[in-house]
Amino acid sequence: MTSIQFEDTAVRVPLPGRGRREILAPTTLHLTEHRVAVIGANGSGKSTLARTVNGLVRPSSGRVTVDGKDVVRDGAAVRRMVGFCFTDPAAQLVMPTCVEDIELSLRRTMKDSSARRERALAVLAANGLEQHAHDSVHSLSGGQRQLLALAGVLALEPRVVVADEPTTLLDRANTRRVADALLGLEQQLVLVTHDLDLAARCDRVLVVDSARVVHDGTPEESIAHYVRLADAVTPG
Amino acid sequence: MAGLHQPGDTVLHRLSVGAKVLGLAALSLSIVVARDVRAAVVFLLLTLLLAALARVPLRSVWRAARGVLLIAVVASAFQWWWYGAEKAVETFLDLLSLGLAALSLTATTAVNDMVDALSRWARPLRFVGVDPDRVALTVALTVGALPGTIAIARETRDAARARGLDRNPRAYLSPFVIRIVARAHESGDALHARGIGD
Repeated sequence: MTSIQFEDTAVRVPLPGRGRREILAPTTLHLTEHRVAVIGANGSGKSTLARTVNGLVRPSSGRVTVDGKDVVRDGAAVRRMVGFCFTDPAAQLVMPTCVEDIELSLRRTMKDSSARRERALAVLAANGLEQHAHDSVHSLSGGQRQLLALAGVLALEPRVVVADEPTTLLDRANTRRVADALLGLEQQLVLVTHDLDLAARCDRVLVVDSARVVHDGTPEESIAHYVRLADAVTPG
Repeated sequence: MAGLHQPGDTVLHRLSVGAKVLGLAALSLSIVVARDVRAAVVFLLLTLLLAALARVPLRSVWRAARGVLLIAVVASAFQWWWYGAEKAVETFLDLLSLGLAALSLTATTAVNDMVDALSRWARPLRFVGVDPDRVALTVALTVGALPGTIAIARETRDAARARGLDRNPRAYLSPFVIRIVARAHESGDALHARGIGD
């Protein structure tokens, strides 16, 4: 498995006229498990933690490395290794049709357009979307869009997939479809989620609260810790 | 006029992107320059023939025509008022023809082929420090962003209506601009995450 290392990584953002606010407190972690879930309340810092893994958010201090490559210094190399799935796939899908969007992902690595088309169609077929190849991305259901966004990420054969609340906007059936696709990946998965059933299917679960990783352990322990935290805020 | 690419093997599909873009430019120029209602009818028939030749589905033709219809009706109404009925009909037919001509291009050309062609054409700009791939991608993204922008416009309008503020332009325009900027940021992040532009 890939090795993701956080070394005293902190993220601070400037506040107008009021100094800086810490949105991720200094964090040291070594993630080598196949599936790692990150759970926590809204605004706790889960997404910030996940976004540092491929350099979408740059650490203010400390560093993050993926298989030894620094996400800031070796940004392009890290982005080739780390694919990212967003909560709202609509922001991620930028081409008019499904096959064209996958082809966009492949532009960097495949210069020949017919080979690119062939590979894009194969990627769609592998993700059960071949019948939608020439459909508008806007005509797909939410679940299909998220699967297409995932297919666009997988087309580049990353070693790690980071998914930031990929099922938040989906109904139950589509949640199951997307979850099965993500949890069935051979790649290392870092999954930010509010869905505790999904977190329970991972190998390691981090609990983030007030910009800190407050618990790190097995799914059972971490979920129990998170539930206690949530109950303390809204008892009963 | 950002119609969807319809894969196929027609003459138009087989033509190079350059030939199609030049053809579209020449046809559009002719439509605009020819100031005669009979010429407008001929151009409309010609563009319908092109759409048929490209085997563009009727549904797409109707969608493209519907998209341009509102603009055509408004523009023609002004023409009628200022110059009379003949000019209004000519303007109406010309706008429909331009829409259909653009549809025939987009329906027979994959966006990525267009990006490849634009990138080739922009190569000389390298000498002045411009990245041709980035220029081509920007054009493609601008076209690709249109349906999403329209969807956001509709959602924002519906949200204003739901709050009973449909007659207040600020209730519509402010959230619309904010959402467009937010979407641009999200898309930028997504492109960055996909390594596009690295």
